[in-house]
Amino acid sequence: MTRSLFPNIDWVGYVDWTVRDFHGYQTRRGSSYNSYLIRDTKNALVDTVKAPYACHLLKSVTELLPLAKLDYLVVNHAEPDHGGSVGAVVKACPQVTVVTNKKCQAILSGYHDTSNWNWQLVGTGDTLELGNRTLTFLETPMVHWPDSMMTYVSQDGLLFSMDGFGQHYASCHRFDDEEPIETVLAEAKTYYANIIMWAGKPIQRALEAASKLDIKMIAPSHGTIWRSHMDRILAAYQDWVVCKPSPKVLVVYDTMWESTAMMARAILEGASQPGITAKLLYIRAGDYTELATETLDAATIAVGSPTLNGGMMPVIGGGLTYLKGLRPICKAGFSFGSYGWSKGGAAAVQRELEETKFEILRDPLECQYRPTPEVLQECREAGKMLADKALALTCAVESKS
Amino acid sequence: MKKYECNVCGYIYDPEQGDPDNGVEPGTAFEDLPDDWVCPECFVGKDEFTPVEE
Repeated sequence: MTRSLFPNIDWVGYVDWTVRDFHGYQTRRGSSYNSYLIRDTKNALVDTVKAPYACHLLKSVTELLPLAKLDYLVVNHAEPDHGGSVGAVVKACPQVTVVTNKKCQAILSGYHDTSNWNWQLVGTGDTLELGNRTLTFLETPMVHWPDSMMTYVSQDGLLFSMDGFGQHYASCHRFDDEEPIETVLAEAKTYYANIIMWAGKPIQRALEAASKLDIKMIAPSHGTIWRSHMDRILAAYQDWVVCKPSPKVLVVYDTMWESTAMMARAILEGASQPGITAKLLYIRAGDYTELATETLDAATIAVGSPTLNGGMMPVIGGGLTYLKGLRPICKAGFSFGSYGWSKGGAAAVQRELEETKFEILRDPLECQYRPTPEVLQECREAGKMLADKALALTCAVESKS
Repeated sequence: MKKYECNVCGYIYDPEQGDPDNGVEPGTAFEDLPDDWVCPECFVGKDEFTPVEE
């Protein structure tokens, strides 16, 4: 299956309708691995697909071009969802020159036997003339690995943006104006939160470099191609790179015998103030993907766990480990939880929140066995404090901008 | 004091700025960073840094 972006520039990727677990990221709407073919005096394939789908990629390319006529394979990123089929393409097209940067070459050589490959190494500002079209390369380290780069076609204003602006989203369509845009933006947010939230500063630098280009279309490596709603995704990225807080309070918890759940609901009740969006996330009914996505734009967060064997519940521990790695910035919150004969759960949560560099708003909010009316009232007051802090953080950001 | 560049991601450690997000005060020389300090952008250790030629 192919689809034209511009005359002689075609999408030749693979839509993966079945994937639901992308190294732990719950991809409820599937995904796509986008690969693009540019036919010119010289012909270039930009990126490949996940290894199991190499045959589909080669079939799509041959619909448009004999494999013997492929001159270049541009690799913007070696991660196996994009670079997984590079070996298969080189095997099918031994004449091809792999065009990439030095770091990507090293990583590709870690995943593939590259001993017989032809290479052309490029860096920021280097160009590759294809005939009527010119490719210009822009290294964007950490968006999303050290090797990541973007490729720009100046004649069309087309940016192959690799993992930037991507979404895990399977569709029979390729373009943003053929899809419900709010759904695409929601998936772009989930993707940002779960894949690249930790790289806010490198992404800011990449956005700044890309802003000097005249961009008319952004073709990422996953999901929908942006051509009609670029303003919306670019504006969203400006907010996401700084984890811009919205007046939103998130209450996350696990529970054993409902005591921590009672506390969570009381905190939510207190946080449900005018102008505030308050959300309750029972971690075992949701998942870590939802936790990261909801955290991205929340200003304040309370995380609760009962005490299990002197510490926190493992599902909460896993969620906090996941969040810590994604490095959400400028968040404030506190921990809470019930305990039986000995404490430990809420304190363990607080240590994780501290390590995630949350501003800690109060000591762990704890109760023994079942929350009393007094404890539930304290929870409501703590929830109100989360709401007040969320409004303050949001106003502080608004007044700066 | 010398600046150091991360070989992996290109982050520049500037001693004048330090790394306040990770508890390193401005004015801290690269050599004085704790052994367990890691690149704030890509997590690799100090041994992956090279002095920046001025």
